[in-house]
Amino acid sequence: MVQETEQSWKSGASLESDGQNGRCNVKERTMNIIDEINQEQIDKLTDGKTIPEFAAGDTIKVNVRVVEGTRERIQAFEGVCIARKNDGLDSSFTLRKISYGEGVERVFPLYSPRLDSIEVVRRGRVRRSKLYYLRGRRGKSARIAEKQDFNRKAKGAQATPAAVEAPAEAASEE
Amino acid sequence: MRSGLIAQKLGMTRVFADDGGQVPVTVLKVDNCQVVAQKTEERDGYNAVQLGVGSAKPNRVTKAMRGHFAKANVEPKARLAEFRVDADALVDVGAQISVAHFVPGQHVDVSGTSKGKGFAGAMKRHNFGGLRASHGVSISHRSHGSTGQCQDPGKVFKGKKMAGHMGDARVTTQNLKVVANDEERGLVLLSGSVPGPKTGWVLISDAVKKAMPEDLPFPAAVVATEEPAVEEPEAEEEVVEEVAAEEAATEAAADDNQAEADAAADDENKDA
Repeated sequence: MVQETEQSWKSGASLESDGQNGRCNVKERTMNIIDEINQEQIDKLTDGKTIPEFAAGDTIKVNVRVVEGTRERIQAFEGVCIARKNDGLDSSFTLRKISYGEGVERVFPLYSPRLDSIEVVRRGRVRRSKLYYLRGRRGKSARIAEKQDFNRKAKGAQATPAAVEAPAEAASEE
Repeated sequence: MRSGLIAQKLGMTRVFADDGGQVPVTVLKVDNCQVVAQKTEERDGYNAVQLGVGSAKPNRVTKAMRGHFAKANVEPKARLAEFRVDADALVDVGAQISVAHFVPGQHVDVSGTSKGKGFAGAMKRHNFGGLRASHGVSISHRSHGSTGQCQDPGKVFKGKKMAGHMGDARVTTQNLKVVANDEERGLVLLSGSVPGPKTGWVLISDAVKKAMPEDLPFPAAVVATEEPAVEEPEAEEEVVEEVAAEEAATEAAADDNQAEADAAADDENKDA
């Protein structure tokens, strides 16, 4: 913060400021403090938690803490990540799923303490970062191909066969 | 009534509560807030403390203000403000007040200067509805419409809401909840927004319309410092000098002036 300078400001003779005492650079400093606060919060919120790496196109399962009256339980929400916002503490992601023939989208703050855990079910191969075009599509055309990543050990690789079927099922429901 | 604090608005962010709720907060910085003067009933007719905050370059402060700061034995401040207090809530001159003055959970009022909007129309300034987009309206879609009656009053009433200068005025936001304070960095986090731009100065005081919690620091959360004692002799000297300067004609000063004038003359001669 502001440095305490042993400056003989009262004597009137040496009035040269050291340049650090003034209000210069206030804007720069202010941003830093806000960033510091945000970073501290992120550290606190992610303590003991792991947030997997994922991007738009991936199928994600989120376990959400829900409070019903007095007792708390965990509710899962599984859907395709159609958008990610990377903005420090303000980071969030949007999941979309088809529930009883109706499209449902939910936005989760990435660092919300209400999120118990995040799992990547399937990695999808997509060519853009925001998949809003899925909103206008149903069934077959709303499928996302699975990412074939031979160089890396895909974490959700085992779960894939079932996941591949899921959109197809949704299509048949209609 | 307690004193308040002067703070600088740093900006806004969010705080996640333990239950997952999100609170939009404004971060305010209280930078070395000290009491610069006291106003008392006997001398001034009212009780108040004058606080100063931040730091100003001494060479940018007028001589009169330098004397004022020297009297209080504090470094020159960037911003001064008075807070009316009860007689028993007066704080000693030179005392530094920390952000612990405001306790998380209590409510405060924040005054500041709002962002200036320049000359604004009636729609923006007073939330008027404007005129219709069609049905014969021409050119005056955003106008304020009628401003009065007919020949009977024969005038526009005073205070009629019209276009004019908007913003850049003193605004008080009441009943903001204190979310947290950080004594180390001198920060106060308030739920909600406060008037003015980032880096703008605001005055925080206890909420007028809410009951205060019992455990508030009274008269103020003063930080203990030993620094003033060390600097005291210097300050007194300064005051003496000031007085001398005011009287304007001690011989020594006159001599000095004479000597300086001579030196200047010499310089000029050399240049020539």
